[in-house]
Amino acid sequence: MDDPSSDFGRELLARGVSRREFLGFCTSLAVMIGLPRSASAAIAEAIENNPKPTLVWLNFQDCAGNTESFLRASKPTAAEVILDLISIDYHEVIMAAAGHQAEANLRSVVESQSGQYIAVVEGSIPTGAGGAYMTVGGRSALQIANEVCGNALATIAAGTCASFGGIPAASPNPTGALGISDAVPGIKTLINLSACPVNAQNLTATLVYFLTYSKWPPLDHLNRPLFAYGKSIHDNCERRAHYDSGQYVEQWGDEAHRDGQCLYKMGCKGPVSFQNCPNIGWNDNTSWPVACGHGCIGCAEPDFWDKMTPFYEHLPGFPGFGRGSDIDKIGFWGTLGVTGAFAAHTLTHLGKRLVQNGGDKAQEGPPASTPLDEGDEK
Amino acid sequence: MTHIVVDPVTRIEGHLRIEAEVDGGKVANAWSSSTMFRGIEIILQGRDPRDAWAFTQRICGVCTTVHAIASIRAVEDAIGAKPPPNARLLRNLIIASQCIQDHVIHFYHLHALDWVDIVSALEADPHETSALAQSISDWPKSSATYFKGIQDRVKSLVERGQLGPFANAYWGHSAYKLPAAANLMAVAHYLEALEWQREFIKIHAILGGKNPHLQSFLVGGMATPVDPDAQASLNIHTIAHFKKLIAGAQEFVSQVYVPDLLAVASFYKDWAGYGAGVGNYMVYGEYPLDDEPSPELYIPSGVIRNRDISKVEEFDPSKITEQITHSWYDYEGGDGQALHPSEGETSPNYTGPEPPYQRLDTSRKYSWLKSPRYDGVPMEVGPLSRMLVSYVRGHEKVQGLVNHVLGTLGVGPEALFSTLGRVAARGIETQVLVDKIGDFVDDLASNMGSGELRIHDNSKWEPSTWPDDCTGAGFHEAPRGALGHWVRVQDGKIARYQCVVPSTWNAGPRDSGGMPGPYEAALVGTPVADPEQPIEILRTVHSFDPCMACGVHVVDSGGREVTRVKVR
Repeated sequence: MDDPSSDFGRELLARGVSRREFLGFCTSLAVMIGLPRSASAAIAEAIENNPKPTLVWLNFQDCAGNTESFLRASKPTAAEVILDLISIDYHEVIMAAAGHQAEANLRSVVESQSGQYIAVVEGSIPTGAGGAYMTVGGRSALQIANEVCGNALATIAAGTCASFGGIPAASPNPTGALGISDAVPGIKTLINLSACPVNAQNLTATLVYFLTYSKWPPLDHLNRPLFAYGKSIHDNCERRAHYDSGQYVEQWGDEAHRDGQCLYKMGCKGPVSFQNCPNIGWNDNTSWPVACGHGCIGCAEPDFWDKMTPFYEHLPGFPGFGRGSDIDKIGFWGTLGVTGAFAAHTLTHLGKRLVQNGGDKAQEGPPASTPLDEGDEK
Repeated sequence: MTHIVVDPVTRIEGHLRIEAEVDGGKVANAWSSSTMFRGIEIILQGRDPRDAWAFTQRICGVCTTVHAIASIRAVEDAIGAKPPPNARLLRNLIIASQCIQDHVIHFYHLHALDWVDIVSALEADPHETSALAQSISDWPKSSATYFKGIQDRVKSLVERGQLGPFANAYWGHSAYKLPAAANLMAVAHYLEALEWQREFIKIHAILGGKNPHLQSFLVGGMATPVDPDAQASLNIHTIAHFKKLIAGAQEFVSQVYVPDLLAVASFYKDWAGYGAGVGNYMVYGEYPLDDEPSPELYIPSGVIRNRDISKVEEFDPSKITEQITHSWYDYEGGDGQALHPSEGETSPNYTGPEPPYQRLDTSRKYSWLKSPRYDGVPMEVGPLSRMLVSYVRGHEKVQGLVNHVLGTLGVGPEALFSTLGRVAARGIETQVLVDKIGDFVDDLASNMGSGELRIHDNSKWEPSTWPDDCTGAGFHEAPRGALGHWVRVQDGKIARYQCVVPSTWNAGPRDSGGMPGPYEAALVGTPVADPEQPIEILRTVHSFDPCMACGVHVVDSGGREVTRVKVR
C-alpha cells in the first residue's frame, strides 16, 4: 500500500487518509480483536488485497438503531474504507433503489452469489399472525430470512433483537418474536453481536477478522466473539476500585455520583453483563454509559428486558465484596423480595455460563450463600 | 389507470408500503400502509414506570432520544416529579442536537438521491463544480482537485461494477434536473455529511454515554452529574468540547447544508406546486426556557387550519383522538369509534392477505398505523408545521430565515405548502437550532459556575412517594413532529401506556369518513412520468421523513389485565 499508484492507495489519498492513520487504525483493530500489535501488518495487507465481499443487510422487527450505530463507526476515515471494501448490495435504510428494483437487487445476490455473501440481520422475526407482523414487498420476515440467511456464507445478527429476540420478544411477546437462531435453525455460520444497539466497532472488527484470517472469530456459548464478549463489564469497569472499597452512589447527583463512584446500588448490571464497553467505549471511545453516570442495563444479554428489570433495583450480593460488604448485606436483605425472580433468572443464567466457560471465572461467580440458592428455586 | 406498489419504500426508518393509482401521468389516489408491528406498549404493562423510557426509546433508533424524552415527561407529570434546571438544559441540548443531526442525515442520506443523479456526476467538469461551490459558499473543501478525487472514487465503483447501495436506482430519469456539476458537488457533500454526523453526535455520547440509545435519562432528571471541579462529571472539559462540536455544526449547516438546499431547490421550483397534503398543521412546542409549570417555549405550540396563515389556534390536547377503521386493530365499542389516547384501547387483529401477497384490499383495513385526528381532522406535523406556527406567531429568527429562503428562490409563502416547502422548512429549522443550541451550553456553564449542581428530583424517586393511582401526559417535538405519550400508574406499576407519534399523524390511513392521511393526500396530483420508476412518489413521501417504527404502536386495553407470560 506504500505504493500510491495502487487502487487502494489512491482511494485512501482521495479520502485524505494517510498511511500512518490507516496503520493506526489497523493496530487498534488488532488490539481490539485480541491480537498482538504486530498483527496490524497482516490486517493491513488483508484489507488491501482481498476482494470486496458482498453483504446484504436485512431489517426486520427493528428500530434501525443498529444501522445508525454502523453509520457511527469510529476511526471515521478508515471505517469509511472498510465500508468501501464491502459491497453492500441491499440495505433498505441507505440504498437508492426502492420497490421492485430494490427487491431485484436482493434476489440477484441470493441467486448469483449463493453461499458466498454475508447476511446481516437487524431486528427480530415475528412468528405470530402468519408472519403478518412484519412484511417487506408482501413477504414475511420469516420467508425472507429462510431464503437469504439459508443461502449465505455467514449470518451476523446485529443487535440483541436479531440475536435473541430483544424487545419485541420481551414478556408477553405479543408477536411471537424470535432471534435469528431460533427462527431459522441450522444456519451454518451464525455470529451474534448482541447489544442494544450493536457497538459499531465490534461489527467492523468481526468483518476485519474474517478478511484477515478467512475464518470467523472464536465464539462463546451464545455465539458471540470472545474478543468482544469474553469478560464482564464489571471486570473492566473504571469504577471497580470504588466497588471494592464500598464507595457507592446513593442518590442521583450526590457527591459520590459527581466523584464517579460505583453505581451498583443504583441498579448497575455490570457484574452480570458481558461486553467490552469499558475497553472500547462508544462513538470513537468518547464515553460509555457507566462513565457518563448511569448504570449498565445488561443490553447484550439474552432476555435482558425481563431479566435485568427493574433497571434501578440493585443486584443481589456478590462475593469478593470489600469493605462495603456490610452495606451490601443490608441492601441485599432489603431487596431480596423484589429481586427474587431476578436473582433466580440471573444466577441460573450465570451458572450456565460459568459451566460452559470452563469455570475459569468461578472465584468471582455467583454467591455461595444458601439464601440465594433458595431464591433460585422459588 | 395504472396501479403502482412501492414496497419497500427505502431510505426511511422502518417498513412502509405505498400503493397508488396513476392516471394521465399523475397520482389519482394513494394508500399508505405500515407493515411492521411490535407491541411495545403491551410489553410495558405492569412494569416500573421509571424503566419505561428505555423501552419506548427502542421504538426508534434513528430519532433515538424522542420516546425517552416523552416518556420521562409523561411519568413526571403523573407522579409529580420536578426536574431541576440543569436537567432541563441537558435535555434541551440532547433534543436540539438530535434534531440538527437527524435533519442533516435526512437531507443528504435519505432524501438527496431523489434529486441528485450520482451517475451524472461522472460527466461533470470538476472545475465547473469548484466554481459553483465557491459561488454559493465559503466552505473550504471546494477545489477542482478535491472534486476530481470524489469523481474518481465514484468512477471506480462504476468501473468495478460494484455500485453497492447505489445499484439499480433511477439514474438518468427525466425527473432529474440538476446539471452534472451540481450533482458532483452534492455527491461530495453526501460523503462529507456522513463524516460530519459521526463527529457531531459525540455530543450525545458525552451526554448519554452512547448514541444511538443514550442511557442517561431518569424520571425526575438526568443521570449525568455536573460539577466544574470534578473529573467524573460534566465539567469544564465538557463545556469546551460542546462548544467545539457546536461551532463545527454551525459551520457545516450554514456553509454546506443550507447553501446546498437553496442550490438544489432552485432547479426544482415546480415542486413547490406538488405535495401540499391536508393543509392542517399542528405543533406541541419545544425547548422550555424556564422551570415554571407552563414554561415559555423557544419553538411555540399551535394549530393552523386550511393553510390559513392569518391566525394560529391554541393547541388543546383533549381534541386528540385515534380511529381504526382502516387499521388492523379492534375497538371494543366498534371500529367506528374515535378514542382519546388516555382512554385508548387496542387489540391487534390482522385481517389482511396472508404473506406472500401482491395487493392489499384498501377498501378494508390496510395498515398497522391508526388514524389520529385533531378535532376530527387530519394534521400534518413536523418541521414545516413548526416553522409555519413560529412564522405566524412572530418568531423573529424563523421569520427572518423563512423570508430569506423565499426571497432567494423568488417564491411567495404559498410555496411552503408543498413537497419543496417541507424540505426547505427542515433546513430553516436546522439553522435556527444551530444558532440557538449554544445558549443551552452557556446557561449550563453559568449554573455550574454558581454552584447549582442539582440534576435530579430525588424526592419522587421512591415509588412509596407516588399517588396510588395517577395519570400523566408528556409532549415533545421530535425531528419528525409532535409526539405525545400518555401513562397511567397504579400501585407503582404501569397500568396503561400509549404513544401518538409523528409518523402516525403523517402516514396514517384513511379515517372512518374516508378522509386520507397527510401522505395519502400529499401524493394526489404528484406527477409520475414512468410508473415503472416512480421517483416522484419517493420525493413527496420522503419530504415527510418517514419513521415507521415510531408510527406503529398499540395501546393497552383500557386497564384490562394483560397476562404476563412466564419468562424462560
